Amino acid sequence: MKSFLRDVAIVASATFETPSEPSRNEVEMLLPVIHDALGQVGLSQGEIGFTVSGSSDYLQGYTFAFVGALDAVGAWPPIRESHLEMDGAFALAEAVAYLQEGHVDTALVYAFARPSRGDLDRTLSVQLDPYTVAPLWPDARGLAGLQAQAMRDSGRYGDVPDVTPTYVGDGVTAVILATGDRARELTKTPVWIRGIDHRIEAQMLGLRDLGSSASTKLAGEGAGATNIDEAYLHVLYPHQELLVKDALGLDRQPVNTAAGPMMVGGLERLATAAKSIAGTGKRAVATATSGACMQQNLVAVLEGAAA
Amino acid sequence: MSETAEAPGPVTIVETPIHLDYKFTPGVAQSRFLRALERGEITGQRCPKCQKVYVPPRGACSMCGVATDEEVKLSGKGTITTFCVTQIPSPGLVPPYVTAWIRLDGSDITSMFLIQECDPAEVRLGMRVEAVWVEESELVPDLGNIKYFRPIDEPDAEYETYKDYV
Repeated sequence: MKSFLRDVAIVASATFETPSEPSRNEVEMLLPVIHDALGQVGLSQGEIGFTVSGSSDYLQGYTFAFVGALDAVGAWPPIRESHLEMDGAFALAEAVAYLQEGHVDTALVYAFARPSRGDLDRTLSVQLDPYTVAPLWPDARGLAGLQAQAMRDSGRYGDVPDVTPTYVGDGVTAVILATGDRARELTKTPVWIRGIDHRIEAQMLGLRDLGSSASTKLAGEGAGATNIDEAYLHVLYPHQELLVKDALGLDRQPVNTAAGPMMVGGLERLATAAKSIAGTGKRAVATATSGACMQQNLVAVLEGAAA
Repeated sequence: MSETAEAPGPVTIVETPIHLDYKFTPGVAQSRFLRALERGEITGQRCPKCQKVYVPPRGACSMCGVATDEEVKLSGKGTITTFCVTQIPSPGLVPPYVTAWIRLDGSDITSMFLIQECDPAEVRLGMRVEAVWVEESELVPDLGNIKYFRPIDEPDAEYETYKDYV
């Protein structure tokens, strides 16, 4: 989407990351970060129109674990809420769509994960087809290796770096969105979302061309990712940076990459891009990826209104 | 005999065992609760905003969305607000046995426990009960320290005091 019924801006964000959080649970990690983000624009939870989160119950190890995280929000009186079993960036896309309807003018988006308590590479295997692939237990790092090798075999990327995961262990990110005049009321430096799109590829790895990212390319076109000053890319392994830059045609712009914690890193990229360009008049692209070998990709174009 | 081989039917079951190991992290608030249980005490936490006391504490007031820090020690006595008599066996339990929601004195949330040392026919809403603990030498950081609740010799609680928890 690159034309909006209502303009939506990122008006605040907060994040916390650590290799391993040994003592606090998810709710205890979320509380200070959500309150920080709300506090930056003087909002209380009761003033938030829509709340949506991204996380994976598989990382916590019990079903409907995301429901417990609502303790950090205070769902009383009952709130409008949604959840995605995906990176929080995709939750942000849902919030942008929700805000288009015009019923509410603010949204809280948050993401959380503490995969340090399990074996992340193995846990991610359960994202795969449950009958024909997952029982073979290919771990996430091994699949990324197939992707890197497909890139080498294509001969299009020059030197393709080794598969070294860069994701951080545990963390949370919270972002506050607001529409039009409400955003301008809340901050002097709203960062407008000028385009956002996400695409998914087939689940069968053998059907896909792992040596390119067709979903990133289409999402980039859908989001209108042109005339970009800076890029904030969510990549889990160094070789994926080459795929995303190729798909989005980024060649001259400064590129800032990070993996962040699983399920959090994409939303963190959008938040970091917004912080960096707030008040500058610059235009940035931020990406998020989820799934085996970048199966799902989101591209957002952000513009920091000049202060 | 048919000349054509019968087509195999659809595959109706595929076994795909999945096993993942996790370390559970109870969190700061529940760790305090579990340590209290290890001492033979029940503790809750009070919400600084709405003043509700949560047992077990989860570190946040789920209604207000704020952190709960104030520790509250409870007596281990409470009132039955809802109960169920089960007539079918369950591992380690001989029917009929009673499961009840109990509002512990000083708390604002109900917790589920077994009711024993009484005839199931006598269990009723408003009945006053107390926790029965394992021997001191057996205390561990686990809610299993409380074996069950049993009736105490006190008049039933007034309906008004627990009507919001039925």
